[in-house]
Amino acid sequence: MALSINVNGQAREVDVDPETPLLWVIREDLGLTGTKYGCGIAQCGACTVHVDGETMRSCAAPVGAMAGRKVTTIEGLSSRAAKAVQKAWVELDVVQCGYCQSGQIMSATVLLEQNPKPTDTDIDQAMAGNICRCATYQRIRAAIHAASKQLAA
Amino acid sequence: MHPLMQQANNSPAQRNALAKALGMPPVAEVGAGVTRRAVLAGGAGTGLLIAVGGFVPLTAFAAAPGVEGAATGPLAPNQFVRVGTDNLVTIVCKHHEMGQGNATGLASMAADELDADWALVRTEFAPADAKLYANLAFGGMQGTGGSSAIANSYLQMRTAGATARAMLVAAAADAWKVPASEVKASNSVLSHASGKRATYGEMAAAAAKQAPPANPVLKTPAQFTLMGKADATPRVDSAEKCNGTAMYTIDVKLPGLLTAVIAWPPSFGAKLVSFDAADAKKVKGVTDVVQVPEGVAVVGKGTWAVLQGRRALKVVWDEAESGKLDSDALLAQYKAQAATAGKPFARPAKDAPKMAPATKTIEAVYEFPFLAHATMEPMNCVAWLHDGMLETWSGHQFPTFDHMFASKAAGLPMEKVKLHTLLSGGSFGRRANPYSDFTIAAVNVAKAIDGRAPVRLQYSREDDMGAGLYRPMYVHAVKAGIDAQGRIAGWQHTVVGQSIVAGTAMASMIKDGIDPTSVEGVSPTPYTLPMISADLHTPTLAVRPLWWRSVGNTHTAYVMETMMDELARAAGKDPLVFRLALLDKSDRAAGVLKLAADKAGWGKPTRAGLAQGIAMHESFGSFVAQVAEVSMKNGKVKVERVVCAVDCGVAVNPDVIKAQMEGCIGFALGALYYGEIEVKNGRAAQRNFDTYKALRIYEMPKVEVYIVPSTVAPTGVGEPGVPPLAPAVANAIAKLGGPKVRRLPFARAGIVTA
Repeated sequence: MALSINVNGQAREVDVDPETPLLWVIREDLGLTGTKYGCGIAQCGACTVHVDGETMRSCAAPVGAMAGRKVTTIEGLSSRAAKAVQKAWVELDVVQCGYCQSGQIMSATVLLEQNPKPTDTDIDQAMAGNICRCATYQRIRAAIHAASKQLAA
Repeated sequence: MHPLMQQANNSPAQRNALAKALGMPPVAEVGAGVTRRAVLAGGAGTGLLIAVGGFVPLTAFAAAPGVEGAATGPLAPNQFVRVGTDNLVTIVCKHHEMGQGNATGLASMAADELDADWALVRTEFAPADAKLYANLAFGGMQGTGGSSAIANSYLQMRTAGATARAMLVAAAADAWKVPASEVKASNSVLSHASGKRATYGEMAAAAAKQAPPANPVLKTPAQFTLMGKADATPRVDSAEKCNGTAMYTIDVKLPGLLTAVIAWPPSFGAKLVSFDAADAKKVKGVTDVVQVPEGVAVVGKGTWAVLQGRRALKVVWDEAESGKLDSDALLAQYKAQAATAGKPFARPAKDAPKMAPATKTIEAVYEFPFLAHATMEPMNCVAWLHDGMLETWSGHQFPTFDHMFASKAAGLPMEKVKLHTLLSGGSFGRRANPYSDFTIAAVNVAKAIDGRAPVRLQYSREDDMGAGLYRPMYVHAVKAGIDAQGRIAGWQHTVVGQSIVAGTAMASMIKDGIDPTSVEGVSPTPYTLPMISADLHTPTLAVRPLWWRSVGNTHTAYVMETMMDELARAAGKDPLVFRLALLDKSDRAAGVLKLAADKAGWGKPTRAGLAQGIAMHESFGSFVAQVAEVSMKNGKVKVERVVCAVDCGVAVNPDVIKAQMEGCIGFALGALYYGEIEVKNGRAAQRNFDTYKALRIYEMPKVEVYIVPSTVAPTGVGEPGVPPLAPAVANAIAKLGGPKVRRLPFARAGIVTA
């Protein structure tokens, strides 16, 4: 069944079952592989994307529900907050294996877009849905604070 | 030293036995850990290994199997370094990058000796070629593990860089008609006092014509410009991992690529009886439903399609035997076994002075669960049979095993099998795999569809977590006494648990019935404990065992270091003082303990309500001590701060070392709180992150890492930060008046965490 979805500012036609999770459509039909599969049940956050500016676990979001909504993936990040997050992530060498980091960056970006000066508690709440098995959490926290400072400058 | 590394220190005959088991040619080594290979004239690639000087010469290398990627350069003096006319330096990494930062480390070592500008350094992964890229700590085998990447490569990568530097300098000296001693090399630029100047790229072609020096001079640690410098070597892989372009196995794109999932045996050892593929084949996108040795593979276009297809598949399994295994029953069996004599692995020296009788005795039985690695990227491998050859793409952490097993599964000679090694989304031991489970299965699927298309075998999270290959369950029974003077008066110790290496090509590590990975940390230990009498029982199970970040030390450190605290308490001594008295033969172990205690303010927690616990453990040649500050509020335990001291010899990349300690601490804390795979009715009860919980950001303590300055050759950091964490936390809980936790994880022991 042909569906039209808006991903990273572009209207895209895909011929898939509307029940297909957005994750697989993004990765396999559109070739945007920065968004990762981790658990398939919205527990780990590796598949986090933005839908209308909010975080969404794409592994548990049927693509049929995306009509008329704007999907952003790691490849389409462009906001000032997103750029600050990515810069801070690189400067602090947050990553280890890196597999979860697209999702972490997507969650951190929404946090800073909505709350440019988050406290540690705000960070804990916003990032609680993103698992990092390498446990880079201390640097994730530091990078969010660094990005926040950069946004205030 | 880890047994994997001891393997390398064994006799050449033993090493060659391993090489033979792997189907590899015999291995020769020369001094300083640099394996050198010279190829006879006209015999490029035929690979006679002889122990004489020189890396692989350029001409021979050009004829050898190609290195991945576009990195060529006229200057290619050995298998590790390229200098291109574009002025980029490419370092070929023989080790697998799964987050631990070794690509950055390997590149730093070569680039430092090369005096390269770090901003111009690139890395790429070596092909599977054990002749060129063997782990010098693993004998003839190419592979990454045992926290050995930096340790075994230290002189090799430095020599590789120094060779290229010497050739660039010699070329500049020739071109400028000045003595080589007057040519300066710094930040990828050659210069002379006369004002002559050339970049490495400009001099690369001329340098390639120079003869590689037989023994290039290496820097002294004081001359290092990159190694040991705090901000000199940012990670080589940060940018690509922050913008979604980093390439993992799951991201491989090939023309016509199909995806496969397998209906795996539901219980460990279940046998396939029959299957009905009719409904599965009706699912749109499913192209094939085929039997493979592992189970039934559903192949098709897209992951969702094949997952749906598998759901519709009907399979009948014989679980008459396999459905019986139960981890609680197993634990009871292990505990009973722990009360009986096993195979001895430590006995008091015959001439040991007679000990005073114990006035206080502590008896404890410890229980450790199965643990899954739960890498963020579930296991996967792409296999493509075409044109009489096989190509695979995966996180091949043990390329030599994967190469051998892929060749066997495909029925093709090894030279017709080409492995492409990609980044791994974590491993923690899972991809360092003497069974090559994901590689073999992918090849079997590719064969079952007659090589019609490249196929990516993907494990779902549930497949991955239910596949076995766990850190085995262990039980320790310990009885130790304290005499009237507060000294240890005796120590009886029994360990029960599966052997990780038995039945694999690494089984030669077992000596006199003892798998060293079952007991490392009890014996050997840096503590002076001549009174230890210890036995091992090694049961076998249908659940395959595997190493899990820090291997045997995951459980031995917990037992040893909580016992230390209990014995210190019984002796009425401070736990730090009590330990130091037993470390008269290990300055490095004592050193990290003192440093961690000093930086943590031992005995003076940051605030009221916190208790400090301390632990120290040696693993893989590195020493780590940690002080955990723990609170207990409304019965809920919270680890608030961990101060970590590490001595890993020369600190090649201090920030990577800190990152590994932080990561080890979070990884270990998650396992301490929640980690357990229970086996019920023969199958894993926990199959995803909803029940097999991982540490989350709000549970991460504040971590401070201090590195002991050292000029000793480096040892690893990927694992040694794990072992001390759990006992340090447990010791703090005991100090807070909490229970002595002897059943892990906390969730099982009734300890609630915040």
